[in-house]
Amino acid sequence: MNLTLKVWRQSGPEDKGRFESHEIEDVSEDSSFLEMMDQLNELLLSKGIEPVSFDHDCREGICGMCSLNINGFAHGPEDSTTTCQLHMRKFEDGDVITIEPFRARAFPVVRDLIVDRSSFDKIIQAGGYISARTGSAPDGNALPIPKADSDKAMDAAACIGCGACVASCKNASAMLFTSAKAGHLNLLPQGKAEKDKRVVDMVSAMDNAGFGNCRNYGECSAACPKDISLDFIAKLNRDHAKAKLKKLFS
Amino acid sequence: MILDSKIPDGPIAEKWDNHRFSSKLVNPANKRKYKIIVVGSGLAGGAAAATLGELGYNVDCFCYQDSPRRAHSIAAQGGINAAKNYQNDGDSIHRLFYDTVKGGDFRSREANVHRLAQISVNIIDQCVSQGVPFAREYGGLLANRSFGGAQVSRTFYARGQTGQQLLLGAYSALSRQIAAGQVTMHTRHEMLDMVVVGGHAKGIITRNLANGETKAWTADAVLLCTGGYGNAYYLSTNAVGCNVTAAFRAYRHGAGFANPCYTQIHPTCIPVSGDHQSKLTLMSESLRNDGRVWVPREALDCGKFPNDIPESERDYYLERKYPSFGNLAPRDISSRSAKEACDDGRGVGQGGRGVYLDFADAISRLGESTIRERYGNLFQMYERITGENAYKRPMRIYPAIHYTMGGLWVDYNLMTTVPGCFALGEANFSDHGANRLGASALMQGLSDGYFVIPYTVGNYLANTGAGALSPDAPEVKEALEGVRERVDQLTSTKGTRSSRSYHKELGQIMWDFAGMARNEKGLKKAIGDIQDLRGDFHKNLLVTGSNETLNAELERAGRVRDFLEFGELLCRDALERKESCGGHFREEYQTAEGEATRDDENFAHAAVWEYKGKDKTPDRHKEQLNFDNVKLAVRSYK
Ligand SMILES: Cc1cc2nc3c(=O)[nH]c(=O)nc-3n(C[C@H](O)[C@H](O)[C@H](O)COP(=O)(O)OP(=O)(O)OC[C@H]3O[C@@H](n4cnc5c(N)ncnc54)[C@H](O)[C@@H]3O)c2cc1C
Ligand code: FES
Repeated sequence: MNLTLKVWRQSGPEDKGRFESHEIEDVSEDSSFLEMMDQLNELLLSKGIEPVSFDHDCREGICGMCSLNINGFAHGPEDSTTTCQLHMRKFEDGDVITIEPFRARAFPVVRDLIVDRSSFDKIIQAGGYISARTGSAPDGNALPIPKADSDKAMDAAACIGCGACVASCKNASAMLFTSAKAGHLNLLPQGKAEKDKRVVDMVSAMDNAGFGNCRNYGECSAACPKDISLDFIAKLNRDHAKAKLKKLFS
Repeated sequence: MILDSKIPDGPIAEKWDNHRFSSKLVNPANKRKYKIIVVGSGLAGGAAAATLGELGYNVDCFCYQDSPRRAHSIAAQGGINAAKNYQNDGDSIHRLFYDTVKGGDFRSREANVHRLAQISVNIIDQCVSQGVPFAREYGGLLANRSFGGAQVSRTFYARGQTGQQLLLGAYSALSRQIAAGQVTMHTRHEMLDMVVVGGHAKGIITRNLANGETKAWTADAVLLCTGGYGNAYYLSTNAVGCNVTAAFRAYRHGAGFANPCYTQIHPTCIPVSGDHQSKLTLMSESLRNDGRVWVPREALDCGKFPNDIPESERDYYLERKYPSFGNLAPRDISSRSAKEACDDGRGVGQGGRGVYLDFADAISRLGESTIRERYGNLFQMYERITGENAYKRPMRIYPAIHYTMGGLWVDYNLMTTVPGCFALGEANFSDHGANRLGASALMQGLSDGYFVIPYTVGNYLANTGAGALSPDAPEVKEALEGVRERVDQLTSTKGTRSSRSYHKELGQIMWDFAGMARNEKGLKKAIGDIQDLRGDFHKNLLVTGSNETLNAELERAGRVRDFLEFGELLCRDALERKESCGGHFREEYQTAEGEATRDDENFAHAAVWEYKGKDKTPDRHKEQLNFDNVKLAVRSYK
């Protein structure tokens, strides 16, 4: 198929940026979106134009490194799919495709389509862990955990930290990410001891990083390639309110 | 090159305990005086950095991705082994040890493998306490599944995302140490060289991928946890950024490289769909618990819709050839059998390079919902990539490069032949011999990182004393200048060919001549072809842009340059190993039925290569492998 690509170019964080238009021919419908981008870059290189920078690594939908806003959708129009797993058979010959970086105040552009998502790491550093010193653990079966609880924790833990939730939210809120990360640990008995401190610290790290407020629009969950549920946001709100109350009375 | 494996004395089951007791300790108050560099934040590096930070060392950790959580360990699907015997099905530490040595085709070091089997049980405990949501039974206890090469059920898993969950566990522990100020994390930093002073590893040189800055970092010890070199083949199940650069630079500085020819080809990957292909995707081995592998009995049927081919016209070749292991035959054997079927003209799909993995029986026996629960994400991934629904028709799969058993040679302490430089995880050669069993790499990475290195690096540091060089020391500055020059070479060649085109061509040579089947003539040709390609690369490479900004072309070109040298080393090793063992299949050495023939008399050793200088043939050294606890036998899965 032949396509027209309108790609965002920005030489660095200080540059204002602009769209550039490129025609590309003979794209296989079996290629992935990023393979189509590789093809574009080879083409640009052969013309002496600097290739477009974009983030990617595993190319199998699990590392969370790829991003891109494609035709206005984070990770493109297909449900439950990362950009690297999106395949060109979902597009038509002759399509014009607009490709932009994830846009959010807390995700500044590094170059072209690459943004800085280190604010997510900061949220985890604030409390997204269980303090378990290496070598000090009891036997794995010492504490049976109901399958339903463990499954629910796994639903939350499936988050790949890509930032599509932020990029698709009008307020650029990171509540879905934060709630999935906190929810995973808070649902497990091992995570109970640090639960209150965890939610308070993670939420304040999120606020400090410049993410917007959650207004329950739900766009985040709709854009999430791993279908993380809005239930976790509700749970985080409850856990957060409880923790604050406890603090007040203690 | 002296290869002293430093295997402790005593009976195999007591070696590790004895060794830990006789290792020197660093006084808790002194630990912060020691600086340790950890390159890599996968299971090996993430676990090591977190644990060393927790112990009080001053740790700098590096990765090339934008977050430590994205290391390729994240992609592991199937599971992690441990000799817990929770299923009461006859498992034990000794059995896991035995299975791993046998699975490795008797080419690994017994003492290391035994330690791994011992530690396996602690790993599960550690991960559970971090909150890793392993699969559970209804009673709340941990669940297990079976993996290839074993007759017990000892694999722990978290849906189809075991690697993700284990890595997130290590990443959370690492994050805790970052917050505590014990570990400084440097993301988007690529190690481009090692600094060796007075024969000891004293630091590294990195390039900041976000802004192009090259910089020197110094320390008392350097841990390379940089993963495998499967991308030498261009197409593999590795992430696109996986590279051999860190390990290869250590090799150039005198670290022996062991068994580079031991590469694992995984039998169940999604077949190549065309020239645009940039990577291959694994379909977890766990699928072979319920899927049956077959090809049409007659080549004429290959074009037919699979469901229309009657039972009697199908060849379930693994069940036929290996009745006791059937579809769970080890990886090397399953891969070769798939290749044979396709070479025989009975392959299916694009170019006839594919076989079926069929779930129809399992679905009718267990119901679609059970299969969906077990493998839903894999079926979904398959659908995304191929556009086909594997609940309704069999998957098409084909072998692909997946894992590399070879790596930097290390002694029992995981130290390379350069004192102070350690190698952990897939980057070392230590535990899997010539073939790795499924679910054993995650185990090894975490064992090395959480449980082995904290003792062994402590012993090294206690013996050498603290004293990191200043980054302004002349030796360090010289190394930094060297790296800058090499980076400049890439941008100043100004030829006409992209680094990707070189990488693809190298990959094709490697796959054709050093892939699933190898022979003397082909390997010699490959060595010549790679040398020619390398010559052309130095004359004709085109990298646009500058080295003072983020420049993905430049990054790739640097990695390809190292692969172009390393690929030759791999072929040389394959050429010199005149036997077939595990993942290394030399066509000259096989039985009449096509089974691999080992030569224990001449090749029961690890081959360790020593760099001798540019354009010089490297030296091949041997570490003799002794089997005192497992009897050398012909590996049979019939
Ligand atoms: C698709 C897939 C599925 C798998 N499934 C399983 C399974 O089910 N069970 C199992 O046991 N094993 C499995 N494996 C194997 C296993 O996942 C890996 O062997 C293991 O995770 C490797 O861990 P590691 O820490 O050694 O390396 P990695 O996780 O690859 O980490 C390497 C780290 O080094 C960094 N790095 C690399 N080069 C540089 C450089 N030059 N400079 C700076 N940093 C660098 C990277 O940024 C990264 O942080 C699978 C592998 C793949 C590819
Ligand atoms: S590249 Fe890893 S999720 Fe897309």
